[in-house]
Amino acid sequence: MKRRSLLFFLTAALFAAPLASHADSLDDIMKAGVLKVAVPQDFPPFGSVGSDMKPVGYDIDVAELIGKKMGVKVELVPVTSANRIAYLQTKKVDFVISSLGKNPDREKVIDFSEAYAPFFNGVFGTADTKVTKVEDLAGMTVGVTRGSVEDLELTKIAPPTATIKRYEDNNGTISAFLSGQVQVVATGNVVAAAIIAKNPPKKPETKFLIKNSPCFIGLNKDEPKLLAKVNAIIAESRKDGSLNAISMKWLGAPLPATL
Amino acid sequence: MAYHFDFGSILDYTPVLIKGIAITIELIAIGAVIGVGVGIVCAWARSFGPKWLRPPVSAYVELIRNTPFLVQLFFIFFGLPSLGLKLTEMQGAIIAMVVNLGAYSTEIIRAGIQATPRGLIEAGASLAMTPLQVFRYVILKPALQRIWPALSSQIVIVMLGSAVCSQIAVEELTFAANFIQSRNFRAFETYFIVTGIYLLLSILLRQVLRSLGWWLFPKKVAR
Repeated sequence: MKRRSLLFFLTAALFAAPLASHADSLDDIMKAGVLKVAVPQDFPPFGSVGSDMKPVGYDIDVAELIGKKMGVKVELVPVTSANRIAYLQTKKVDFVISSLGKNPDREKVIDFSEAYAPFFNGVFGTADTKVTKVEDLAGMTVGVTRGSVEDLELTKIAPPTATIKRYEDNNGTISAFLSGQVQVVATGNVVAAAIIAKNPPKKPETKFLIKNSPCFIGLNKDEPKLLAKVNAIIAESRKDGSLNAISMKWLGAPLPATL
Repeated sequence: MAYHFDFGSILDYTPVLIKGIAITIELIAIGAVIGVGVGIVCAWARSFGPKWLRPPVSAYVELIRNTPFLVQLFFIFFGLPSLGLKLTEMQGAIIAMVVNLGAYSTEIIRAGIQATPRGLIEAGASLAMTPLQVFRYVILKPALQRIWPALSSQIVIVMLGSAVCSQIAVEELTFAANFIQSRNFRAFETYFIVTGIYLLLSILLRQVLRSLGWWLFPKKVAR
């Protein structure tokens, strides 16, 4: 009998232990003074390895920004897109800032903050190209990478008089745009950012969006205080321009108003 | 689980394939005629042309024969617009094919010309033929007859090489294949059918060229 009660006690303790430590992570982070953030290192411009072998990119800057506003040190944990949610669930990190898009399956297992980065595909053209909606593409030549999401969407929605030129890969699409073989291109904002980064004579500007899937900060469920805190920081950073500065630095374009 | 073949899914794209075949034929028809024309002129220039003309023609032939077709195509299509020369993808593809076939056929035709016995040229001259007549009847025609099989092969190679033009969004047969494959993800079926179409096109082109040879050189056709 004694033995059984001991067993019961141990079991109870085992279950109680995680419950007891499950206060609010925000307090834990503030107490430890360290914020652990999962960041990509294989997805420029959001995250890549810099010349000093440290991760650099949009997501890293956002992580540092949030750390600064919370007044804690940031510890970057490089993850891949496959294991980033697992890192969060096993509490190896407090946040996933890793160009994470929202979808219903993910929403079942983790919580999302407000969006912190634009991620979309759309139609891009130079400043003097007058296009604001898909109907304006009538009679124009549009470059697109064959088989991409943009290709499939545009094929469905583009007016019949628009000529869609399909290239083998993003480089072909970029070359066609820069050499003037096509007037506008349909591609991702990250690809457009890569063009802008090379500082070409023709700068692609967003004309309209085809599909929008901005990036959110992922955090564990049932952390209302932490979620409120990070949302407050994002709202504040949008207001004081610090988030916009990160967008200008890595994507070459201001934050879209719709984000 | 075994792969289930579904050739039916290609049928939905028959118009794309037919358009692809038509454009491939258009490319090689225009490319071959002008290309061989360029080859004849350049072979003449390299063998009998004025001294000042020979280095630039040699440079052209060597440059084209020693660089990849894809690079030539990209240079014409993506590079030249920087110099203000903007071409449509069809124009770019045809020019690239003409330039490419021109260089190769120059060397093939020149080989035929060099095989002309010296005595024949002298005989032509002694019959009071003008240099142009000598070139046309005594040198060029037998030369072409001699190298016709080699030239035919080169034209078929260029036709197959036109597949590369899909890279600049020319909607020829390979483009059609890539397009279909990226829509229905039936890689095996798509490329299997397109391979067959290319094979048929090659056989057909060879047959056309052989008939053309019989018609151009009725006597003792070199085979």
